Amino acid sequence: MDPKRSRNSHESVNSSESTRFPDEVLERVLSLLTSHKDRSSVSLVCKDWYNAERWTRTHVFIGNCYSVSPEIVVGRFPAIRSVTLKGKPRFSDFNLVPENWGADIHQWLVVFAEKYPFLEELRLKRMTVTDESLEFLATSFSYFKAISLMSCDGFSTDGLAAIATHCKNLTELDIQENDMEDNGGGWLSCFPENFTSLEVLNFASQQGDVSFDALEKLVDRCKSLRVLKVDKYVKLEQLHRLLVRAPQLTDLGTGNFQQELTPRQCAELESAFSNCKNLHTLSGLWDATSLYFPVLYSACGRLTFLNLSYAALQSGDLAKLLPHCPNLRRLWVLDTVEDEGLEAIGSSCPLLEELRVFPAAPFDLDINRGVTESGFIAVSRGCPRLHYVLYFCRQMTNAAVATIVQNCPDFTHFRLCIMNPGQRDYLTGEPMDEAFGAVVKTCTKLQRLAISGLLTDLTFEYIGKYAKNLETLSVAFAGSSDWGMQCVLRGCPKLRKLEIRDSPFGNAALLSGLAKYESMRSLWMSACNVTMNACKLLAREKPRLNVEVMKDDETDSQVDKVYVYRTIAGPRRDAPPFVLTL
Amino acid sequence: MSMPLQEHDYIGLSMEASDEKPKNKGLNLKATELRLGLPGSESPEREFGHGSKGLVSGAKRGFSDTINGGSVKWVFGSEADLAKNGGLFSPRGAETNTQQSSMGSGAVKEVVAPPSPKPVLPEKKPQAPAASGHGSAPAAKAQVVGWPPIRSFRKNSMASNTPKNDDDADAKSGSGCLYIKVSMEGAPYLRKVDLKTYGSYTELSSALEKMFSCFTIVPSRDGLSESRLMDLLHGAEYVLTYEDKDGDWMLVGDVPWEMFTGSCKRLRIMKSSDAIGLAPRAMDKYKNRN
Repeated sequence: MDPKRSRNSHESVNSSESTRFPDEVLERVLSLLTSHKDRSSVSLVCKDWYNAERWTRTHVFIGNCYSVSPEIVVGRFPAIRSVTLKGKPRFSDFNLVPENWGADIHQWLVVFAEKYPFLEELRLKRMTVTDESLEFLATSFSYFKAISLMSCDGFSTDGLAAIATHCKNLTELDIQENDMEDNGGGWLSCFPENFTSLEVLNFASQQGDVSFDALEKLVDRCKSLRVLKVDKYVKLEQLHRLLVRAPQLTDLGTGNFQQELTPRQCAELESAFSNCKNLHTLSGLWDATSLYFPVLYSACGRLTFLNLSYAALQSGDLAKLLPHCPNLRRLWVLDTVEDEGLEAIGSSCPLLEELRVFPAAPFDLDINRGVTESGFIAVSRGCPRLHYVLYFCRQMTNAAVATIVQNCPDFTHFRLCIMNPGQRDYLTGEPMDEAFGAVVKTCTKLQRLAISGLLTDLTFEYIGKYAKNLETLSVAFAGSSDWGMQCVLRGCPKLRKLEIRDSPFGNAALLSGLAKYESMRSLWMSACNVTMNACKLLAREKPRLNVEVMKDDETDSQVDKVYVYRTIAGPRRDAPPFVLTL
Repeated sequence: MSMPLQEHDYIGLSMEASDEKPKNKGLNLKATELRLGLPGSESPEREFGHGSKGLVSGAKRGFSDTINGGSVKWVFGSEADLAKNGGLFSPRGAETNTQQSSMGSGAVKEVVAPPSPKPVLPEKKPQAPAASGHGSAPAAKAQVVGWPPIRSFRKNSMASNTPKNDDDADAKSGSGCLYIKVSMEGAPYLRKVDLKTYGSYTELSSALEKMFSCFTIVPSRDGLSESRLMDLLHGAEYVLTYEDKDGDWMLVGDVPWEMFTGSCKRLRIMKSSDAIGLAPRAMDKYKNRN
């Protein structure tokens, strides 16, 4: 079924016939490779391997949609069935990137429609996707199976209706945390009556009612459904009706968990949950209180991932629930559980690997509640396997962080957000340099780091010196001078993504990374001290980088935002007027 | 409440040792002042003071005051602090006059909170600070764009879901009571009722009548008669209204009791003359919902 291709079998002069692998064997072997990093390595071995690899690759991952053009992609890889694309810089999640910046999927779809008629999967993150694009997608690819949109914008439920209507073989519709306009829940009714192939359905980010009738019928006839995440407008008694039709679920996102139920309804719900023998992930739980936790207990023993971050639970609630969940590997909570709640985590979840604590009221400037360093310490004591943490707090100390990483030296992802910018160690009054110093010194496997608090260049010296596996670094309101950024650029050999905001790094710092940026995916700097001259110089010296600048003021030489990334596609052709490509 | 532009140091202390910060009288604040501004920019004038929103005018990179003066020990409270932090300052830093922006390259500066591009006006009410016991009264913090880093989906979800952890809606999770404030026009103090103890509107209104009778009744020769109370509350003089989850003021009684208890955040007994226009809105709202 592979399209005709030319064989370049006799090009290499050095190798003899007897030692060469037949192409078919090589391709058979390489087709078993799935990791794109492995495939990249393979393609660099020699021309034969490069060709064998490109013919056998079925999935392509593009971490920055502007690093390559759709034409180049289809030119190199003829047999792609699955595409993953990431678009905007990560800080766009926090409104630091103006609207209409780009990363529109449409041009990609147009090219794919021509060259990849057998395309089955599309996974997008931080891209702009319009309803027209979704309709085009749904009607252009008859074998299309899976679409996943995370943190995307530009579409509405009408686009989902198009997918539901036209994609006869759809297995996955995964709409996560998007800016999706709600034109009603009728799109669920667009799935044809004879449509039964759905395995993953996630519409948790819908902000309105869906037609429950259609949903119930859909769940009823899709016997392979394993992931179901509904939105918060689905009530508890409706959830029950769904669960009894889908006991095979492995991954459930409930709707609203606060509704008055009769004792009989409670018992029925409890029984429905206990029948879900394969359930290992539970999320949603909007507005949950401990009132209805008992219905979950029978399922809790099997849970490995519990997302409570949309339920403003108190510490007591968590303390009641967690003893039933000893197998948790991943747990997301709100800081309303406070330190006592975190202590409960430490004592109940010894297998915990990932913890995320989100702030319930991040913009409420008068609140002094939430979690502190002692909760974090408690978790680190009870959960030695912890390697991923995202922690929002209002106070922290250097000593606490040092203790935490002593207890858990295997951190791969350490994201600490002390919510008050530039905040000191609240006990000693010192900067938080030593905290992050301890992290990078102790956690040799660290891949991702987000820093906060009052930080001087010393933090960056530590990072540059010790963080040898660091790939992603997020910096905000930190550092004292160019020296800090220079330390990181000189020191971290595996650095791929560097994003900086509101820090005093200037031209010298920017230019010190001249030799480095081509080995990285991207650099973002906003509200720093960079001027146009340095950006122009960078662009001139490094033609294989795109240096894109956004300025507040037309006449000013000060640069508000600069985004630097390597590319083989040349400057963007779709840049809006406020983005200057140098 | 706008105040004339005064020069303030970044922790909101007025240069004219005004009544705001009595404990800092006598210190030469200007001498210890560190200005945060980019090279070449002038020190921004900052409009601070009680009730201000911390909006900075002047320099493009307006520095928004993100300090909570009470809970964090910012350095320039006293000269003693300055001595401790010698390591962080450039030699020509805090001890000497640092009026000019010393943020140029090479100067190790005290990073308190570097200039942020566009401080977003906080939507919160400009409140009298120090009400919550944060010690000395700081200016209300201005919000910084995109900080803390929370995705908008989560922000929007929390805005509509989480009951505010303030006194207005003490929805104690799981304990089965729902205390809300009840205010009445002209009454000197408010009351609290537990909505869960009532099963219907009638029960609620009779309870309220009993609570607020002392404020409503013009003493008549016959004393307080029940029918007179009911007249007062249901008749011409007063209407019972409530604030729902969305922040709208609605007329009590339009929706089923359960729906009401689920969405009511506080109650208010208004004079009927003030309540004109509430009823039609209430009906429309629920018509759209159902």
